[in-house]
Amino acid sequence: MSPTLAGTVFVASLVVAVAAAYRPLGDHMYRVYTGTRHSAVERTIYQLVGVRPDGEQRWSVYARSVLAFSAVSVLFLYGLQRLQDKLLLSLGMPAVPDHVAWNTAVSFVTNTNWQAYSGESTMGHLVQMAGLAVQNFVSAAVGMAVAVALVRGLARRQTEELGNFWVDLVRGSLRVLLPLAFVGAIVLVAGGLVQNLAAPHEVATLTGGTQAITGGPVASQEIIKELGTNGGGFYNANSAHPFENATSWTNWVEIFAILLIPFALPRTFGRMVGDNRQGYAIAAIMATIAVVGVAALTGLELAHHGTVPQAVGASLEGKETRFGVANSATFGAATTLTSTGAVDSFHDSYTALGGMVTMVDMMLGEVAPGGVGSGLYGMLVLAVITVFVAGLMVGRTPEYLGKRIGAREIKLASMYFLVTPVLVLVGTALAMGSAEQRASMLNGGPHGLSEVLYAFTSASNNNGSAFGGLTVDTPWYDVALGLCMAFGRFLPIVFVLALAGSLARQTPVPASAGTLPTHRPQFVGMVVGVTIILVALTFLPALALGPLAEGIQ
Amino acid sequence: MERLPSWVRQHLAALRALLVLTLILGVAYPLVVTGVAQTVLDDRADGSLLQKGGKDVGSALIGQNFTDSGGDPVGKYFQSRPSAAGDGYDPLSTGASNLGPEDVLDVLAVPGAKDADGEPDTGRQSLLTRVCARSRAVGELEGVSGARPYCTPDGVGAVLKVFPAVGRPVRAVSANQACPAAPFLAAYQGVRVECARPGEDLSAGRTVPVRGSATAVVPADAVTASGSGLDPHISPAYAELQAPRVARERGLDVAKVKALVRQRTTGRALGFMGEPVVNVLELNLALDRG
Repeated sequence: MSPTLAGTVFVASLVVAVAAAYRPLGDHMYRVYTGTRHSAVERTIYQLVGVRPDGEQRWSVYARSVLAFSAVSVLFLYGLQRLQDKLLLSLGMPAVPDHVAWNTAVSFVTNTNWQAYSGESTMGHLVQMAGLAVQNFVSAAVGMAVAVALVRGLARRQTEELGNFWVDLVRGSLRVLLPLAFVGAIVLVAGGLVQNLAAPHEVATLTGGTQAITGGPVASQEIIKELGTNGGGFYNANSAHPFENATSWTNWVEIFAILLIPFALPRTFGRMVGDNRQGYAIAAIMATIAVVGVAALTGLELAHHGTVPQAVGASLEGKETRFGVANSATFGAATTLTSTGAVDSFHDSYTALGGMVTMVDMMLGEVAPGGVGSGLYGMLVLAVITVFVAGLMVGRTPEYLGKRIGAREIKLASMYFLVTPVLVLVGTALAMGSAEQRASMLNGGPHGLSEVLYAFTSASNNNGSAFGGLTVDTPWYDVALGLCMAFGRFLPIVFVLALAGSLARQTPVPASAGTLPTHRPQFVGMVVGVTIILVALTFLPALALGPLAEGIQ
Repeated sequence: MERLPSWVRQHLAALRALLVLTLILGVAYPLVVTGVAQTVLDDRADGSLLQKGGKDVGSALIGQNFTDSGGDPVGKYFQSRPSAAGDGYDPLSTGASNLGPEDVLDVLAVPGAKDADGEPDTGRQSLLTRVCARSRAVGELEGVSGARPYCTPDGVGAVLKVFPAVGRPVRAVSANQACPAAPFLAAYQGVRVECARPGEDLSAGRTVPVRGSATAVVPADAVTASGSGLDPHISPAYAELQAPRVARERGLDVAKVKALVRQRTTGRALGFMGEPVVNVLELNLALDRG
C-alpha cells in the first residue's frame, strides 16, 4: 500500500469511528445534562460543596460561578507549582518560577495547555497528577457546561433559568469524561504508555553511555489530555514522545479521542432542542471544514514543497518514523481544528504552507469541531451570525430555532467573534514592535513572524500548540500570552452566557414561509462560507507576511 | 457562613468543589489506573525495559545513541536517527530542532572571535546544512554517495546570496561555504561565485538555493531529527543501507544480517496505520546475542 493510500484509509477509518460514536455518545450526554436524578456520590459531593443541586441559575449567576471556579483553580494551581518542592513526589524539582507558574496555571484552567515549560525537567508527579490533570478534566467540563447552558437558552422559553453550573460541572466530569478516560488509559497502557510513580531510572546503554528512563502517571494523563481537547504534554516532546504515544495505533486512538466529544456534542444539541436534524446540520458544518483541513494539510506535507523538505526528500524533520508523514499531518490537523494543541510532530518544521494550514485551522475560531464544549458554542454563535447575514439579504428579522436575533443578540455574537482577532493581531504587533521580543524567534525572515503569529493565535484561541522554536519562557511572553489565554477564554464565555440568557427569555415565533430553514445543506454551505470569509478578511494580511511569503516563491 | 457576603460564599463553594474534584480526579483516578496497570500490564507500565545479561540496557520504546565516547558511530551497531534531545537521545531534554523549511543560511564561525560566554565562536548551522552534513557523513560511513539536492559536495547547503536583491546580478556569494573553500558553482548568470567571508553581513542579497542534479541515496530518516528526539525506529531502507557495514564489522554473512532486519521490521498496524519501521535497540540486542 502506498503511503498516500494508507494515509487516506487512516483518515477514512477515523471518520467512520467518529460517525459511529455520534449517536450513542451524543444521546448519553443528552441524558447526563437533562436527567433529574442525582447519584449517591453526586449528592455527597453537593453536600460537601454546599450547593443545592436542584436550584437553577440565571445567566449572570451561572457566569459568576464559572468565573469563581476558574479563579480559584488558577490560584490553587499557581500555589501547587510554587510549593512543589515542599510536597510529595516532587522528584527533587525546585519550585516553578513565578512567571512560568502563572502562565501554566492560566494555560491549564483555560483549556489551552500552552507550555512555557518542559515537563520532564520542571514538574513533579504530584503537580502533574493533582494539578495539571485535574484541570484537564474540569476545564473541559466547564466548556461543556457553558455549551449546554447556551443550548438551554435556545431550547427553553420565557425563563431566566439556564441550569446549575455545579451540577453540570460535576456530571460532565464524572459521568462523561471519567469513564471514557479510565477505559482509554488502560488501552493506552496496553499500547506501551508508562503508568507508575517512579523517578527516572538510570540504565547503562549498549555502548557504555547512560540514559535516564523516565516514569510517571503518563497514560492516565495522556488520555484526558486528548479527550478534554487540552493538549498539555507530560513531557516536552508531547505526543511525539514514545511514552506518550508508543505505536502507530495509539496514535490513531489519540486522534480519535481528540475528535470524539466535540463531534458528538451536536447530537446532544439536536436532542435538547427537540430536532435531531439541527444537530446533523451543525455536525455537517464542522465535518465539511474538518475534512478539507485534514486533506489540505496531509496533501501539503506529502507533497513536501520547500528547500529543506526537497533536499531531504520528505517533510520528515520533527516527525517520528512510526507515524510517518501522513498520519503526523492528520494528527496536526485534528489538534489545531479542535482546541487541543497536543502534537505528535513539530509544526515549526512543517512545510511553509502546511504550517499555515495549522494556523488557519485555529484562526477559524476553533469551531470545526473545536474544543470540548467551546467548539459547539462557537459554532452556534457563527450560526447566529449567519442567519443575521441571511436576514439582511432578504430584509427580514432573522431568527434561529424560533428565537429572534435582535440588536442585543447580534451585538453579543459580534463581540464574541471580535475578541480573538483583537488579541491575536494586537499581541503579535506588540511583540514584533520590540527588538527584545523579536530576539525570541529561532528562525529568521517570514518564518520568524510565523512563530510569533502562531503563538498569539494559539494562546488567544486556547489551542496551546506552538511553533516551538520561539523562546517563550520569558516574563514578557509568559504574561502577555497568559493574558491572551484568559481573555480569549472568559470574555467569549461571558458573551455566550449573556446570549443564552437573552434567548431563554423569549417566546419562540412559529416558523413561517419566510423562515430560513437551518437544517438543510443550503444552511450548512452558508455557515461554512461565513466562517471562511470572516477569517480570511481578518487574518489574510498577517498570513501574507508570514507563511504565504515563505511558501510562495 | 450565612453572614458572609454572597461573593465570598460563592468562592468558598468553588474552592470546596475544586478540592473534592481534585481528590477524585487527581488522586483516586490516577492511582486506580496505576494499580490496574501495574497488576495486569506491569512490563509496559514500567517502560518496556530491555535487558542484557540480567541488567536493564534501555527501553524498547526509547531510542539511544550507538556511538563511542567521542561521538563517532560504533561500526558493529545499527545507528539511530539524528536527535535534537539534549546531546542526543536524552529523555530529560526531549524535543525537536524546530527549524523551519527555509532555514538555509548558516552563520559562519568567525576565526578568533568569542561568543557571549567567552567561548570560541562556533557559528550556527542551518537546517539545510545539517541535512547535507549528515547525508555526507552517512554516505562515507556506509560507502555510498552522500550527495543530495541543494547540497554542496563538501556537505553544506548549496545557497547563493545574489546582489542586488532585484535586477541583474553583479555579485554572487556561496553563503555557507567559508573561504577559502571552492564554491560549488563557478558562475551564476555570468557572474563569478565567491566563497563567503565569515562575519560579512549578506542579508541584503537575494537568497537563491541551488538544487543541482544529485539524487539522494541516503534515506530521509537518516538526515532528519525526529519530533521527540527519542525515536526508537529507523526506516527499513536505512536499515538495509547499514546492513553490509554491520555484517562486515561483525564478520557475519550480509544475508544473515538482512534476515535479522526483516525479522525486526514491523509493518503498518492493521495494514494502514503509520509506516513500516525497524526497532534499532532490539535489532542491536539480537545481533549481540548472536
